[in-house]
Amino acid sequence: MNNTFAFDTSSLLVALPEIFLLSAIVVVLLLDLFLTKGFKQVTYYLTQASLLITGVLSFNLIGHPEAIILGNSFVLDNMASVFKVFMMGATMVAMVYSRHYLTQHSLFRGEYFVLVLLSVLGMMVMVSGYSLLTLYLGLEILSLSLYTLIAIARERSGAIEAALKYFVLGAITSGLLLYGMSMIYGISGSLNISDIAAFASDANLGSRETLIINFGLVFLVIGIAFKLGAVPFHMWVPDVYQGSPTSVTMFLSTVPKIAAVAMLVRILIDGLGAMHPYWSDLFMALALLSIALGSVVALMQTNIKRMLAYSTISHVGFIMLGFVTGVVTGYGAATFYVLVYVFMSLAAFGIIILLNKKGFEADQISDYKGLSKYSPWFALMMLIVMLSMAGVPPMLGFYSKFFILQQLVSAGFVTIAIIAVVFAVISAYYYLQIIKSMYFEDSEKEIVVSAPMDMKLILSINAILILVIGLFPDFWMKLALSLF
Amino acid sequence: MELLSLLIWLPILGGALVILIGNERADTARWVSVAISILVFVMSLSLYTEFDSSTHLMQFVEKTSWISQFDINYHIGVDGISMPLIILTTFSTILVLIAGWEVIQRRTAHYMAAFLMMEGLIIGVFSALDGILFYAFWEASLIPMLLIIGVWGGDNRVYAAIKFFLYTFLGSVMMLVSLIYMYNKGGSFSILDMHNLELTLAEQSYIFWAFFVAFAVKVPMFPVHTWLPDAHVQAPTGGSVILAAIMLKMGGYGFFRFSLPITPDASLQFSDVVIALSLIAIVYIGFVALVQRDMKKLIAYSSISHMGFVTLGVFALFSILKMGADGNLVSLNGGSIDGALLGLEGAMVQMISHGFISAAMFLVVGVLYDRLHSREISTYGGVINSMPKFTGFAVLFAMANAGLPGTSGFVGEFMVILGAVQANIWYAVLAATTLIVGASYTLWMVKRVFWGPITNDAVKTLKDINGREFFILAILALAVLIVGLYPQPIIEVMHASIDHLLNQALTSKL
Repeated sequence: MNNTFAFDTSSLLVALPEIFLLSAIVVVLLLDLFLTKGFKQVTYYLTQASLLITGVLSFNLIGHPEAIILGNSFVLDNMASVFKVFMMGATMVAMVYSRHYLTQHSLFRGEYFVLVLLSVLGMMVMVSGYSLLTLYLGLEILSLSLYTLIAIARERSGAIEAALKYFVLGAITSGLLLYGMSMIYGISGSLNISDIAAFASDANLGSRETLIINFGLVFLVIGIAFKLGAVPFHMWVPDVYQGSPTSVTMFLSTVPKIAAVAMLVRILIDGLGAMHPYWSDLFMALALLSIALGSVVALMQTNIKRMLAYSTISHVGFIMLGFVTGVVTGYGAATFYVLVYVFMSLAAFGIIILLNKKGFEADQISDYKGLSKYSPWFALMMLIVMLSMAGVPPMLGFYSKFFILQQLVSAGFVTIAIIAVVFAVISAYYYLQIIKSMYFEDSEKEIVVSAPMDMKLILSINAILILVIGLFPDFWMKLALSLF
Repeated sequence: MELLSLLIWLPILGGALVILIGNERADTARWVSVAISILVFVMSLSLYTEFDSSTHLMQFVEKTSWISQFDINYHIGVDGISMPLIILTTFSTILVLIAGWEVIQRRTAHYMAAFLMMEGLIIGVFSALDGILFYAFWEASLIPMLLIIGVWGGDNRVYAAIKFFLYTFLGSVMMLVSLIYMYNKGGSFSILDMHNLELTLAEQSYIFWAFFVAFAVKVPMFPVHTWLPDAHVQAPTGGSVILAAIMLKMGGYGFFRFSLPITPDASLQFSDVVIALSLIAIVYIGFVALVQRDMKKLIAYSSISHMGFVTLGVFALFSILKMGADGNLVSLNGGSIDGALLGLEGAMVQMISHGFISAAMFLVVGVLYDRLHSREISTYGGVINSMPKFTGFAVLFAMANAGLPGTSGFVGEFMVILGAVQANIWYAVLAATTLIVGASYTLWMVKRVFWGPITNDAVKTLKDINGREFFILAILALAVLIVGLYPQPIIEVMHASIDHLLNQALTSKL
């Protein structure tokens, strides 16, 4: 084990995005204290600027040779940089949408943005963590910020319940995750991912060692499955989605999924890739359960946030199936899926937020009645998003499903692929419910879209890109594959 | 862009343009969309004039890389099987747009745009030579139809639209898995490569049934036909026309393009099942049509029954011929190559003829529905007294629907029956009963709607068809008669392709 901590400041450059973001958080937090009520928008713009600069810094690091710094606890590779760029982009979009929601519901406070930035920092650490400890630290920074974010609407009855539920369950799984990590650490003698990988892939691994690794593995899988929201660790998802302020729901259903996948890759593939035969069976069961439950239970929802929660669960199932294949292209497919999912989910929640007004949450499916009459443009956008989620070509969502299915079939899981597509058809039914409400039903109550121009513009671009990238998906598929 | 690409993308982009014109400027939207559809039709005619009917090879081919990761190409082209269907598509779209001229007052631009986009997507289905490209067009064409039924449909439109979408979606995802399976086996999504892909009988069987589900739902075959009456009854007239005239043909086309060449041995093995289902559709669904009270439902069931001829004609060939060990075709039951060709070409002619006749029948019902807002047969009676010109057309189309010689309806059915005789005399006998049953339900409907005394006062006030309606019906009447009297040009263009297909279907892959 390497205990020497050679500190070379020039090597810190590879962590420049994180360092910058941390400094920016401090600045935003301090500045916000001194801003009077009329100037609170400054916090918003500073947040966006920080995210933008962090994104640009990460973008510049794409193509940087792989570097492991800070005593082997922090890694910079292409996956980390690309994920960070996507996370910044997604967060910026989410903040544009959030601003409208926060203004409408009088929740516009500086802390909101600081907490979001903090959680982003946590996610960046998760993406780049190269030791179990760093990963865990990143996860905790993320989780604690999210708990608080959910509770920020403290007057809302559901929000506190959601925050508490998320907190209690999250704390338990963090404990489980930590327990699993301690098992791995105990047997391999290292927290470092590459040391664990070397240990686990040792051909002379005794049965005792294998047993303990597997024992730890189960807890690690549970921890990751919880963060992803896979069945049977999904109980929190619908309640938290429904109870949280919609802008928080949007944030927590999108960007952290990228970080969770990154953590999954670091621990289960970079670290315990040799144990793939052991954890892939677990994953298969969790994935199929998620797809099935997510597709079927969503059918009965009348609340669109709850419905999207179950839809997320089923998407997570598809993502996990990509990791079941055990080949690099399969992981690429899963990565592609998660990025596509984030993109679609942002647009879907964007539409919900777009219709929000003071005292009107637009969270019932029936709230969308007659949308195509009052706002044909945004009904069309929602149509694109819903069809994409259902996996209808030529929308982007089709290609992500196609990629996963192709990998499954090529890995020999034809039956699994068939089960997955059948549930995909079932899930199409509830996406159709939204389309039905928007297009086939009429409402006397006029729907007014009062969102500011920047939100309308970004939202339109977001939705149209789902169609346009769907027509030309090649580059993005290749990008996802190049990360492994 | 080459011709074929223009045919696909011009209507789609034109549709986007019409959406931008907006519902407020409905008249501009109408003129622009009809102009686009006429332009597309005229352009599609050069597919026919420049078509080389001496070869089965794909023509007007375009190929550029689309998703290089999986070697998926934007690969399109036509042969004698797809070319007539494309022209049928461009032809029907004009009629549908004109038919919706005054009738559709709500969201006119969107209505027109949906049909234009659907036209482009369906042309894409018929010309795609790459499996995933085909699948993308195939699924995407569901979207405008879903909206057409759901937005402009009747009272129960929501149920019908969702049922339509889910039925066809479920059918086609199995096809997707099969396509992926063959890609993993052969390394190519090209449909032409799949034709030559070696597959074991077990693999062929799975793939055959996966394709079968997708295509049978579309055709639709008994017992997966139940979405069709709902969709037809609820859809607006234009939607019914496109549904019957073109979308059903996508299923029939699938059998020609995928099932026979890719899974010949499985097709042989299961041909009896398919023939049995076809005969059930022809006979049983014919009787079901007899008892309908709703005119649209009656025509919908008659569509299912007539489409039974398509699948019968396709799969009868396996009972007529087989490939001998020496590579020569050997006849079974004393059949000949001509018999098998008659079956296949009859199926094609039947698809085209049904495209005209069903379109015409739905337009006829549409004309009545626009006036009295009822599809019930019992509402009418004695329509001839107030609408003599209209009744003339209606009776002509009814005769064509019943398969009267001289109309296109006769040609296709007769060819298929002639082919079926060589397969098994009982197939032919059963199929021929449609000439009686079909005549019964169609003519009985004509009797109750058009002849007899006027029982409903509203019928007295009916106005005869206007110039626009006259024009559409006259064009269709011409088409029905031309194909009925002189089907040779259609058969000639498809002959080489059908001949090649016959060889593919009978050449074992084992």
